[in-house]
Amino acid sequence: MTQYIIRRLLQMIPITLGILTLIFSLIHLIPGDPAAQIAGEGARPQDIENVRKALGLDEPLWKQYVTYLSNLARGDLGRSFRTNELVSTEIRERYPATMQLAFGAMLVALLVAFPLGIISAIYRNSWIDNVARFFALIGVSMPSFWFGPLLIIAFAINREWFPVSGREEGWRSLVLPSVTMGLALSAILTRMIRVSLAEELNQLYVTTAIAKGVSRTKAIFRHALKNAMIPVITVLALQFGSLLTGAIITEQIFSWPGLGRLLIQSIATRDYPQVQASILVIALTYIMVNFLADLLYGVADPRIKLE
Amino acid sequence: MNKTAKRLLRNFAFTAGLLLTVTLIVIALAAPLIAPRDPYQQDTSRRLEPPSREHILGLDDLGRDVFSRIVFGARVSLRVGFSVVFIASIIGVTLGAMAGYFGGWLDTLVMRLCDILLAFPGILLAIALVAVLGPSLNNVILALATIGWVGYARLVRGQVLKVREMEYVTAAKALGARSPRVILLHVLPNVINPVIVMATLGLAGAILAEASLSFLGLGVQPPIPSWGAMLTAGRRYLGLANHLAIFPGAAIMLAVMGLNFLGDGLIDALDPKYRKQLS
Repeated sequence: MTQYIIRRLLQMIPITLGILTLIFSLIHLIPGDPAAQIAGEGARPQDIENVRKALGLDEPLWKQYVTYLSNLARGDLGRSFRTNELVSTEIRERYPATMQLAFGAMLVALLVAFPLGIISAIYRNSWIDNVARFFALIGVSMPSFWFGPLLIIAFAINREWFPVSGREEGWRSLVLPSVTMGLALSAILTRMIRVSLAEELNQLYVTTAIAKGVSRTKAIFRHALKNAMIPVITVLALQFGSLLTGAIITEQIFSWPGLGRLLIQSIATRDYPQVQASILVIALTYIMVNFLADLLYGVADPRIKLE
Repeated sequence: MNKTAKRLLRNFAFTAGLLLTVTLIVIALAAPLIAPRDPYQQDTSRRLEPPSREHILGLDDLGRDVFSRIVFGARVSLRVGFSVVFIASIIGVTLGAMAGYFGGWLDTLVMRLCDILLAFPGILLAIALVAVLGPSLNNVILALATIGWVGYARLVRGQVLKVREMEYVTAAKALGARSPRVILLHVLPNVINPVIVMATLGLAGAILAEASLSFLGLGVQPPIPSWGAMLTAGRRYLGLANHLAIFPGAAIMLAVMGLNFLGDGLIDALDPKYRKQLS
């Protein structure tokens, strides 16, 4: 296991380096003179020079790259153009909000998908199974930037149960964004649990258990469900990564003060150090989560040879 | 009617998807004939008017006819969708076929590039690209094609690796056919079906991504009618004029659902084993 972890970590190095290079080169992709573009229209030559200096764009490319990497290694992500604060400060403030939203969405998905998926698998092709499948279909196709506003209309405007936006009202603020973001995931999970459990229920060991006098409920929950969980856990962990990118849109819908909203705000104000840092943090978290999902897969199913 | 066509039409998902998709394409092509009003014409004295007989989906924040804007919005969605799929599939199929056929350093290079792009959440990269290139229709297409080719490259490479060892390919080579001829005439026709399926699903993905980017203000710029951008504008008037957000969203969902059905139906009808290759 230790060997596997080390090997996977080593494999991550070139990929992470590739991503860092990609983010580094972003600023150089700005058409024309990046410094002039960032300084904005009507900027004086002096301002443009200041931007060039602040970003180190006056140095040779290789030197900029080395500086970028060594600053990163020291946790220095630069300073915001807008506030002149360290961008890491803002990111540290916003990060928990995004995580809270991601976990909220995951909780919603689990609460919906488990009962629905299990009932669907047990009563295959019954009306309740059809309802669950229809739900899964809608859930996957419904764009969050439409579902969110619909929820706002129904539960924040027509019925004032939850706030329209923001994060000030504790758990009440969390409900609508979590449901918005959790819908697609709950649809995917419901399908996954249904297929996975249905497959296990056909296995001989379940029939044997029932034949030997174990109650059907026990056979399903104690035996089949345990085995059915293996692929579900993996999907869940892998999907956590996509929740992070989903957060960019959901945070925008609900003015949720997380990383995604920070990213979009920084793009609007051309605050490139903040843009780069936000993208970097989201991307690195995504890679880390997928790495952990891989490990979890190995732990959940000892049969999987970690090659 | 041949066998495949019959099997396809018996498949509910495929038929429903085909119907929705054809409707979408017809609406986009015949937009000037279908739309009752000019999608840009403003009537600020009647802003935010709810649906009525005269304006079946109401008027927007500048007093423009929402129905006409949704009809013309289909053009934007499909233009982005088809352009992205076309560019991404050409690049992806070419690189994937070459990587699989020639192997060696080219294969390593292409596959490592794919690894990096896949490790990066797709929409995040698109946001980053549009952020530096500036928001516009063409930059959205460029950004989505930049992340879109990876899927095709991996799919085609895998297929080519298998086909490459087939006897008919060896025969073609033995008869003196050169590499481009072998790839084009003997290898590609045998790997094209899953590419078609991927392109159909990719069309849905591109339309959704365009709507997402436009929703974030990073896509098509006003006054061009884009469903995503219309939804953003509508979000400001929730509770006041809900029709502004509800109808463009419904259009996005129907379009995406139709294409997803079509792609899913194609997988089942053509060959269920594609499901494994595509995932």
